[in-house]
Amino acid sequence: MAVARELPVAGVRERRWRRVQAFARNRTALVGLVLVALLLLIAVAAPVFSPHSPIEQSTIHRLEPPSREYPFGRDDFGRDILSRVIYGTRIALLVGLLSVALGGILGTTMGVVAAFRGGRTETWLMRLTDVLLAFPDLITGLLILAVLGPGLWKMIIAIALTITPRFSRIAHGPALSIKNRDFVEAARAIGVGDVRILFRHILPNIVGELLVLASLWTASAIRLEASLSFIGLGVRPPTPTWGQMIRDGTVHLTNAPWFSLFPGLALLLTILAFNLVGDGLRDVLDPKTQA
Amino acid sequence: MVRYTVRRLLLAIPTLLAVLTIIFVIVRVAPGDPATAALGDYASEEAVRALRQRMGLDRPLWVQYVSFLADLLRGDLGKSLITGQPVIDQIRHVLPYTVELTVAAILVGLVIGIPIGIVTAVRRNTIVDYVGRVVSLAGLSVPAFYLGILLIYFFAVRLRLFPALGAAEFSEPGAHLHALVLPALSLGLIEAAYVTRMTRSVVLSVLNEDYVRTARAKGLPERIVLFGHALRSAMIPLVSLIGLFAISLIGGSVLTEEVFARPGLGKLMIGAMKQKDYTMLQSIMVVYAFIIVLINLVTDLLYGVVDPRVRYE
Repeated sequence: MAVARELPVAGVRERRWRRVQAFARNRTALVGLVLVALLLLIAVAAPVFSPHSPIEQSTIHRLEPPSREYPFGRDDFGRDILSRVIYGTRIALLVGLLSVALGGILGTTMGVVAAFRGGRTETWLMRLTDVLLAFPDLITGLLILAVLGPGLWKMIIAIALTITPRFSRIAHGPALSIKNRDFVEAARAIGVGDVRILFRHILPNIVGELLVLASLWTASAIRLEASLSFIGLGVRPPTPTWGQMIRDGTVHLTNAPWFSLFPGLALLLTILAFNLVGDGLRDVLDPKTQA
Repeated sequence: MVRYTVRRLLLAIPTLLAVLTIIFVIVRVAPGDPATAALGDYASEEAVRALRQRMGLDRPLWVQYVSFLADLLRGDLGKSLITGQPVIDQIRHVLPYTVELTVAAILVGLVIGIPIGIVTAVRRNTIVDYVGRVVSLAGLSVPAFYLGILLIYFFAVRLRLFPALGAAEFSEPGAHLHALVLPALSLGLIEAAYVTRMTRSVVLSVLNEDYVRTARAKGLPERIVLFGHALRSAMIPLVSLIGLFAISLIGGSVLTEEVFARPGLGKLMIGAMKQKDYTMLQSIMVVYAFIIVLINLVTDLLYGVVDPRVRYE
């Protein structure tokens, strides 16, 4: 009886607070969040953390092994690999976060608009989504980037467009089911406009799922950026990017393995951090899958 | 089953057409003219015009589109802008390498992923489960090309067990398989991580089903409950996932081929991109589209075989 009375009283704010507590108790999520915060700090304060200049060359010292002064060794131009890895955090996070923000907003809009409008708009938007989803993310990204050409912003746009259909697919379903729920119809009956219904009633209900998707796709976006840079389609040097560093290092794998291995480790750790956050968020929001 | 097959076949046609249209449009909206791109910035205006005419780029867009589709129907993928060789020959040469790599990787993924997935589900919340989950999450976070480099470093450079780069001809099966091991592992181990997670969650949900409880309640040994009852229906969703895995592996194979300098569709595509060989690029995308639509079709048909209910939807 007490339970039955308690349920309707528990307001949105209280429910939200309970989720925050659950998130804090979830160890994987917390570890991921701390790692992400750390990475953001490193990216913002890269000059503070770097012991040397990331671009200063010194050819006599090329490919020197790790030492106390240069813990990750030196690359083929004698540059400090640790400092370059630290600066590389900037491009990785910038591309990862911005492309997900861009693709997420675009995709969510597509999915929600399709659900709201219905009819032909919906058919076309969702069919386009399905066709785009058929391709593996890397091939879509490659094709778009090949068309756009190299550059930081083009990289962000290519990855954002790759991500867009994933968000429109996820946003579409819940938006469709919520659209016909009583509280939305009630809102509409008292004359609330479409935009307000969208922001007050639809989005808050799917924001959890979108956040999970956003953190998992940030991990994928960072992997995509590194992959595209590895292939040689990335942001031009001298801006250090992990994918480019790993690529340059592969030639020296026999005589200077640290050249590829350390940037790769940073990349792995960053992707892992965002995956941990996403996984933890999903466990908190959907206790069924936690098991 | 025949009706179901025919209906699925017919449904694949509009999807394929849509994908082909998108590829056609994307290649056409590329900034810069393919003819200029192929000849370089210093080509004379007449040369560019001549090539445009030869490529049919001076015709109206809808004529180009119709002839693009008509050529495909006749199995004509055009000629490479760089080498002048028919694209189909080059693709026919490299396709077996990509198919072989993908199939080998799927096998690695299933053979490693399914048992670990089952064990972590059955022993859930024990140390085995915990270790399995951490390892699979790490597996999900390793980019395929980095895993490839790690494998090359440890197994080729340090231990000298396998060749680091390239692939042997199909005529030498021993050397050929030897060169396949590392690429297949680098692609397959990551897939194994996905398979582990999927299997775990599918098995977990099946273990909560009423009929499994009934089987236990009537005193069947746990082994029979697990293998005779639970796992049989858990395998159904996994069949449809194999198709998804195959598609994501085709994406991953692009990088694996690049890392291991293996011949393949992905390597060919990257080469075409760098050389701005737009005919080649367009044709490779078309081949990818066919492969993906085919995989989806086969998955659907397999699903109809394993689970008769879907045929009557």
